[in-house]
Amino acid sequence: MTQVDQGQLFEFLCRMGDNTLVLGHRVSEWCGHAPVLEEDIALANTALDLIGQTQMWLGLAAEVEGKGRSADDLAMRRDVWDFRNVLLVEQPNGDFGQTMMRQFLFDAWHLEMLKALTGSSNEQVAAIAAKAVKEVMYHVERSGDTVIGLGDGTSESHKRMQKALDLLWPYVGEMFVADAVDAAMAEAGVAPDLAELRTACDARVGAVLAEATLAIPEGGFAHKGGKTGVQHSEHLGHLLTQMQWLQRAYPGATW
Amino acid sequence: MKPAAEEIWTWLDEVPDPEIPVISVVDLGIVRGVAWEGDTLEVAVTPTYSGCPATSVIAMDIETALRDRGIGAVRIKTQISPPWTTDWLSDKGREKLMDYGIAPPRAAGGPECCPRCKSTDVKRISQFGSTPCKAQWRCSDCLEPFDYFKCI
Ligand SMILES: [Zn+2]
Repeated sequence: MTQVDQGQLFEFLCRMGDNTLVLGHRVSEWCGHAPVLEEDIALANTALDLIGQTQMWLGLAAEVEGKGRSADDLAMRRDVWDFRNVLLVEQPNGDFGQTMMRQFLFDAWHLEMLKALTGSSNEQVAAIAAKAVKEVMYHVERSGDTVIGLGDGTSESHKRMQKALDLLWPYVGEMFVADAVDAAMAEAGVAPDLAELRTACDARVGAVLAEATLAIPEGGFAHKGGKTGVQHSEHLGHLLTQMQWLQRAYPGATW
Repeated sequence: MKPAAEEIWTWLDEVPDPEIPVISVVDLGIVRGVAWEGDTLEVAVTPTYSGCPATSVIAMDIETALRDRGIGAVRIKTQISPPWTTDWLSDKGREKLMDYGIAPPRAAGGPECCPRCKSTDVKRISQFGSTPCKAQWRCSDCLEPFDYFKCI
């Protein structure tokens, strides 16, 4: 095991925390708007889990950074270019089907990632993953079932789910492409080799989409630039203006 | 004189869970340790779900209860590892949940019976319920919906 670079560890933790933060915020946008009450409650609970996980990831990131920032500072006082979430999670909600497709594609990756992280050489990372993985098992069960229900549903719901899959599929690749930070984490045993997650993920995604009677788009093109912060999509800025509004208008405001 | 840990545990067993007040924080299995560090009492508490909004209320309630018993210096330590599991619910807590109308968790992944009429003909409505720890079920006999404390 090599000694891990603290700057790179900070980057990695921001990636984990920003994924859950941005997706948690997106999912919370549904609160009070979902098609039926049960789905509204399920979405709100999912968002709550994700925000709770964010507190742990960004809390550890802030500790590792050692500059006196808190998880809240990282969430509410950074601008677009400092966010490290993958592009998939910042994509707009679209209709309910599109939201559930985005959720499923992320959950499938998230579950395998967290499972692997429970064996992390970093004890704190392993502890957070062990906590989060239990919650995410429920997320993927629900998002997978919903994708199947809607994909193999009416001709209208099938059409919409296929459209959602066509739209979101090019964002899946980014979750599995490793860069220098991922390579350093893998070498130090902090995180898994991302490419190795792909087999288990593909198996689950393939099985669910087949049962949903949906066709995976051809071609391997993948949008990239979210987790490196190099090029977020236009949507993240809009999301942050809403999420960070209070702390930007009244810095340091508390309850 | 400092009260013994055993006595403190019985005091904590009187602190109700803010969401489900019929069970105590000890029944819920979230108090993981009580120990004196010098003159400060350290209480290790583990959250149920990472985003559970009750967690901070629970910490405050524990602190208040202990201060009422005359313990001035209390430190609540959040401990996330090992992660909370419904296996830690006490037997007393499980019974109280059932009486309260919430079916207790079971390894089988669903309630044993309807908490109202005890019918075993029950159906899942949604894996997510009114709080992160509960799922929504319905009884096919008395037709009443009820909460199920889901396994985690
Ligand atoms: Zn009944």
